[in-house]
Amino acid sequence: MPRREDELMVDQVDGAAGNAAAQPGGQSGVPSGPWQPWGPGGPPPSDGPSGPGGSGQGAAPPQGNGQPHRAGEGHWTARLESHGIRLTRGPATPGPLRRARDGQLLGGVAAGVARRTGLSVGLIRVLIVAATILSTGYLAMAYVLAWLFIPAEGADRNIASKAVTDKRGIGLAVGLTSVLVVALVIASALNAPWVTSLAVPLIVCADGIMLISRNAPDEELAYLRSLADPAGLTATAPRSRRVLRFGVGALLLILGVYALLQGHERLALLWPLAGIMLFVGGIALVLGPWWVRIATEAVAERQARIRAEERADIAARVHDSVLQTLALIQRRAGDQQQVVQLARAQERELRAWLFDGRPPGSMEGQAATVADGVRLIQQEVESQHGLEVDAVTVGDCELDDDMSALLAAAREATVNAAKWSGADTVSLFAEVEQDSVSMFVRDRGCGFEPAAVPADRKGLAESVRARLARRGGSATIRSAPGEGTEVSLVMPRSADDRVPGRA
Amino acid sequence: MSKPRVFLVDDHSMFRSGVRSELAGAVDIVGEAADVSPAITQIAQSVPEVVLLDVHLPGGGGQDVVAAIKSEHPDVKFLALSASDAPEDVIAVIRAGARGYVTKTISGTELIDAIQRVAAGDAVFSPRLAGFVLDAFAAGHSGDLGRPSFDPELDQLTGREREVLRLIARGYTYREVAKELFISVKTVESHVSSVLRKLQLSTRHQLTRWAAERKLT
Repeated sequence: MPRREDELMVDQVDGAAGNAAAQPGGQSGVPSGPWQPWGPGGPPPSDGPSGPGGSGQGAAPPQGNGQPHRAGEGHWTARLESHGIRLTRGPATPGPLRRARDGQLLGGVAAGVARRTGLSVGLIRVLIVAATILSTGYLAMAYVLAWLFIPAEGADRNIASKAVTDKRGIGLAVGLTSVLVVALVIASALNAPWVTSLAVPLIVCADGIMLISRNAPDEELAYLRSLADPAGLTATAPRSRRVLRFGVGALLLILGVYALLQGHERLALLWPLAGIMLFVGGIALVLGPWWVRIATEAVAERQARIRAEERADIAARVHDSVLQTLALIQRRAGDQQQVVQLARAQERELRAWLFDGRPPGSMEGQAATVADGVRLIQQEVESQHGLEVDAVTVGDCELDDDMSALLAAAREATVNAAKWSGADTVSLFAEVEQDSVSMFVRDRGCGFEPAAVPADRKGLAESVRARLARRGGSATIRSAPGEGTEVSLVMPRSADDRVPGRA
Repeated sequence: MSKPRVFLVDDHSMFRSGVRSELAGAVDIVGEAADVSPAITQIAQSVPEVVLLDVHLPGGGGQDVVAAIKSEHPDVKFLALSASDAPEDVIAVIRAGARGYVTKTISGTELIDAIQRVAAGDAVFSPRLAGFVLDAFAAGHSGDLGRPSFDPELDQLTGREREVLRLIARGYTYREVAKELFISVKTVESHVSSVLRKLQLSTRHQLTRWAAERKLT
């Protein structure tokens, strides 16, 4: 609560603490400072003393009629400038008030007002800070509201119009409000009733800034993020600004601690709070290492599982590509030309995988849809294994990762049938339905006894079944000696790429 | 069973002689033609039981032959036989009146089986035709909701018909389909014939629009 000190000062000077809503003209009570050039009857300098609604931001400044301000001889601004204080920086621009997108410190409200009125940005900022202090925070609230409701330069809508549709943001705001109310109740119970006088501006500012950070346009968010970096830790902000931030932050901290200590006639009231903190610290000290260990173990376990899955995926891909090719080369060892051809193709594929990250057996880049992929499998198996693939596709859909996995599994099953079944035709049927895509690979070859396949043989078990299971799909294999084999593969479709109108 | 009398229409003489030698003994080949108009005149003269018809012919599509003969000789059955065709061409030949579609890679015995089936009045669905039909009936399911359908019964397949077609598309023979679904081969045949009837009689917009969509891609 770093504002405590300022608050006290205002209380003493103004005698109107907690009644800041009726504040216009409060400027007169401020002790004289370099920014207070006019007397009690002088022109109201800017939006500073405007009411809590914020709608008065920038209304009726002395040059607010859109006329460029010229500091004439004998004018009060000229007198000030003769003392080295410049109040104006340029001509006022006509048109509606907009938040500035360059030269901003926070939301660009002050810079926007400066641009609109022709006054110096520094002056307006000082006025805003002073008015915030005088109004016990209500002007800060007005600032945040102005940030929300005044569109930025070049934007056609304000942040608030987007924020009203942000249901989660509004929910968060309600939650934040309740947390703050609880904190304020606790604070007042701890004999710090002055905190509650800040309640309304504090809550509105917190909610407003939260809504802004959720709904501001991207480029504004990028700027806010760079502001949010811890002071001095990153080099994104200019050095002078970092120093400024660090200085202001340190000053506020010192003032806050001072206010806290001064605000309590009896420091002993803080002891329960210290006791709670000690208790929490003790628990953290005793149980903390255990919590940390549980957390790290959970992370380690997760990483191990991911590694195992990756390993299985790599093994399946190597099996599909390199091991298959090696087996083909062994079988066709007599045909020198074909061996060279196979080796070259495999080398190309392996290089593409290792150096370009294009996994072997994947259809990415070549096929855009499931039907394309099925056609590719047909061509590839027909040309490499010299048997007919009777491919039938019903419906079609875009190829995503799941569908690529399904196609890779179908390809593997087809190659398997080509190599081992002894049949001269393999049927490959793919059907794209609303919720899932199924593929069936059937041959009328020798068949086998599924139960009799040794567990260490990869092929169908790992390449097909496990690969699909990792993505939520499934595979069933039906085979009997002498009756051929049918592999059924099903992969559910992810909800977002279901194309309506294509059943 | 007497040998069915078969007429061959295909523009590749190599293919015709190949089919001739494969079918020799099992069927009685009464003639062959390489183009649309000679085919029409010769079929009208010889009146075979079954015409083996290429989907693509130099003088037009196979459906022209079917259309010309159907009006005068409704008893002549057509079996479309082709290598790889666009689905809409195949569906067009079927809708014109052909009783089945098989691919040229079909084995000799299977072809003889298909000819006998067609001669007996059954429908012959190869995996590819089954796929095309499933696709054609599936397309536009959601797109046509607002439109009244003249005959809802004709405009969509029953669940059982769909199951049968799926199994055929997966490469099952009629007998295997029957075994899989615990029904008789006769029932499978009646389902397939019913699908064929729907395909030929349906006035669905979808069928035509599906074909149009296919042409664009």
